[in-house]
Amino acid sequence: MAFLELVNVRKSFGASVAVENFNLAVERGEFVSFLGPSGCGKTTTLRMVAGFEKPTAGRIVIDGVDVTDTPPNRRNIGMVFQSYALFPNMTVADNIGFGLKIARRPADEIRARVEELLRIIHMSEFGRRYPYQLSGGQQQRVALARALAIQPKLLLLDEPLSALDAKIRASLRQEIREIQRQLGITTIYVTHDQEEAMALSDRIVVMSRGRIEQIGTPFEVYNFPATRFVASFVGTLNLLQATVVDAAIGLVSVEGQSIRVARPLTQHRSGDAVSLALRPELIALDGQINSEVNRLSGTVEDVTFLGSIVRVRVRLSANKLHFDLFNNPQLRPPQPGSLITVQFAPEACLVLGEDASPAHPMSASAAQAA
Amino acid sequence: MAPLTQTKTGRATVEPRAFSWTWLGVAPFFLFVAAFLIWPTLSIIAQSFLDQDRRLTLRNILELGRPFIVSSYVYSLQLSAVTAIGGGILGGLLAYAITIGGLPRPLRDAVLSFSGVASNFAGVPLAFAFIATLGQLGVVTQWLRSVGISLYPAFSLYSFWGLSIVYIYFQIPLMVLIMAPAFEGMRREWREAAESLGATSWHYWRYIGLPILLPSILGTMVLLFGNAFGAHATAFQLTGGGSQGNVVTILIGAQISSDALANPGLGNALALGMIIIMGVCIGLYTWLQRLSARWLRS
Amino acid sequence: MLKRFWPWFWFTVGAMYFLVPLYATFDFSLRARRGELSFAAYANVLNDIKFVESFWFSFQTALATIVISALVIVPTAYWVQLRLPRLRPVIEFFTLLPFVVPAVVLVFSLARTYSRTPLTDSREGLWVLLIGSYVILSFPYMYRAVDTGLRSINIHDLTEAAQSLGAGWFTILARVIFPNVYTALLSGAFITFAIVMGEFTIAALLAQPAFGPYMNRLASSRVYEPSALAIISFALTWAAIAAIQWIGQGAQARVAGPR
Repeated sequence: MAFLELVNVRKSFGASVAVENFNLAVERGEFVSFLGPSGCGKTTTLRMVAGFEKPTAGRIVIDGVDVTDTPPNRRNIGMVFQSYALFPNMTVADNIGFGLKIARRPADEIRARVEELLRIIHMSEFGRRYPYQLSGGQQQRVALARALAIQPKLLLLDEPLSALDAKIRASLRQEIREIQRQLGITTIYVTHDQEEAMALSDRIVVMSRGRIEQIGTPFEVYNFPATRFVASFVGTLNLLQATVVDAAIGLVSVEGQSIRVARPLTQHRSGDAVSLALRPELIALDGQINSEVNRLSGTVEDVTFLGSIVRVRVRLSANKLHFDLFNNPQLRPPQPGSLITVQFAPEACLVLGEDASPAHPMSASAAQAA
Repeated sequence: MAPLTQTKTGRATVEPRAFSWTWLGVAPFFLFVAAFLIWPTLSIIAQSFLDQDRRLTLRNILELGRPFIVSSYVYSLQLSAVTAIGGGILGGLLAYAITIGGLPRPLRDAVLSFSGVASNFAGVPLAFAFIATLGQLGVVTQWLRSVGISLYPAFSLYSFWGLSIVYIYFQIPLMVLIMAPAFEGMRREWREAAESLGATSWHYWRYIGLPILLPSILGTMVLLFGNAFGAHATAFQLTGGGSQGNVVTILIGAQISSDALANPGLGNALALGMIIIMGVCIGLYTWLQRLSARWLRS
Repeated sequence: MLKRFWPWFWFTVGAMYFLVPLYATFDFSLRARRGELSFAAYANVLNDIKFVESFWFSFQTALATIVISALVIVPTAYWVQLRLPRLRPVIEFFTLLPFVVPAVVLVFSLARTYSRTPLTDSREGLWVLLIGSYVILSFPYMYRAVDTGLRSINIHDLTEAAQSLGAGWFTILARVIFPNVYTALLSGAFITFAIVMGEFTIAALLAQPAFGPYMNRLASSRVYEPSALAIISFALTWAAIAAIQWIGQGAQARVAGPR
């Protein structure tokens, strides 16, 4: 049995439904992210796990105990907030030791534990400082230490990095992951930043409008998005209007140019209007030897130099297409206005229906496996 | 107009030689404050150390020790303390109720608007509101009589406690106006963080809520204290403005129309005493505000 | 809901403290005619020529106070933000001083300091002292309102834009700065108005025929009319505060609009 289980959880505020039909099983020591745009219900779900919100229906089980009706102060859960939420009237050490003090642990034990945690977050010198004397990144590390001090069963992080600037965000992200691995603590991490979710998580729960869109490893979610929403929310994507020419052999047409897809299109019939989704990094300039590839021709509209990569925008007649080239000082990038042909493998093609229908047989099975 | 040059930051600034003109911009303000506030106040302070022949003396200050002046200061201080604490507690609880107490939002807005009005309520209107309420023929007095409780003659609106009840009417709204934002500054996450660490509601208030709010609460009460100490109109209306056995402000007021103490220097010393007490209040208030502002900066 | 018991309880206590005296005053003011409820007391008050005179006097005084206060505060606050930001704490300190020097001490000091000068020997001189004191009392409210108002617009850019178009300082203040702090100024003005209209101490001690001393005199000679007057004065203050909020909401909408 899984360590944390959410069974048919539903939450509504008055008439509006915030979370619906939420089922998730998290293993002990696993790092799971809830990913989605704001208002998708990810924070509400996290707050239900913490006990700050009561589910309208469904059950939440932690370590075999049904905690659906347990108040937050008896759940033994560590929580880290976006706004740090350090107690401004206490020193760093008092903040970290607060949970232990409430639990009436002996002073020696508290001091030792606080020192240990200060070491873990590399802030041993800062015990006597007050929160207002710390930077945002330092405050969030203290908040993490405070949450870990009580040796919680679960660590919940609610967009902990989104108030920080980019550089600190990247380094603290690394630190959080290291501490989590070191302690082996089961963790749920809420974020709207797909890069963050992919860098940190064992598994990602992609949410939209109160529902789970897909559960899978970062690899699965990125390469085999289960729905149109996941495909467009995670990573950059070209979406081309296409028509199914022959569903049985996986042939579609984009503005009259034929494109072969790796698998038969079981969900569609010939003549259906579909979207062809292509990751920019899987498209290359034509000219490589592979003959079994798809090709599309168009006019170069814009070239953006992004440092390590060069992003090229190509206009077909009705569709636009981005693709990436690695920067190479020896090669001149394509010139705007010139004609160009790009190529991509049939395996790179995802065909998305109009609605949230699965795009790919493999991703559907991945979702089931999870 | 002063010639302009461009500095490195691109802001147009006045050239150094025209610098003294810059100060001219604030001259009207300082002239006004000097003429109507600073000069008169300083001259009163200075004059409290001068006798009638303009010689330096401490006699005026020593004369503050006259029993009826001391009792007047004590009366004022007691009245201010009682109404600051009473108004502070009631106002604080009301501010709590309408902010984080979870009452409907319209109630909060209504109480805040009302407080803006009521904190300026003083003098005749306030006195008469309470005469109509707790005077001999007051609505509450009569209602109490009908259920068998007679306030009079034990109680009088013109006594210390009567005056306190009236003062508290404008103390409560002042407390509400200042404390409501402080309560609203209490972040929900603090409480949730405490709860997730195992704290009960009592723990939260004992270790986090009250300690954070305490400087604001004390500071505002100090402000209420000064507010009551400097009040004149309401006391004048209720007590008739006699110079004996009364609040300090009335004693000073009586010095303007007639030199009731037969010593102009003593009037100055009375005012000096008030200025010192009020100065201490504002200093204490500012210090306490800074204390809480420091914590809440980030 | 038992969970909300204490908030409701304290709200009720506070509401009673606030409203019962108002109700009692209103009730009392209706009893001028024996055996019936009537607005006779109000009619008596409004028909009293002294009421009209003192009200008009205080009204004029309030307007004069507001105009002078605005003329002093707006250029000062503007100039301090534009050129002398270091002076801000000093100005704030001086605008706080009226709390340290209570009205009664202020008027006492003024009367003593300017005794035997034209300021205290003539009616006009006393009026100048009265307005001067009120302007001082208005500074904390006016300065804070205007300073906040100025902070919400970019006065550096506005000033430079006006200068680049050839405007002089007077034009900048009158045509650019004043209109932009108009709403902030109005909210300070209404507080000032409410304070001046009900002010008793300074007016009485300077022997001015103002509304406050009138109420006081009436209170010692009549029974029901003072209650009516209390209600009127309360309604007046309420109207002023309501005007502030109404204007404040308008200002918020204006700021939020174009973004």
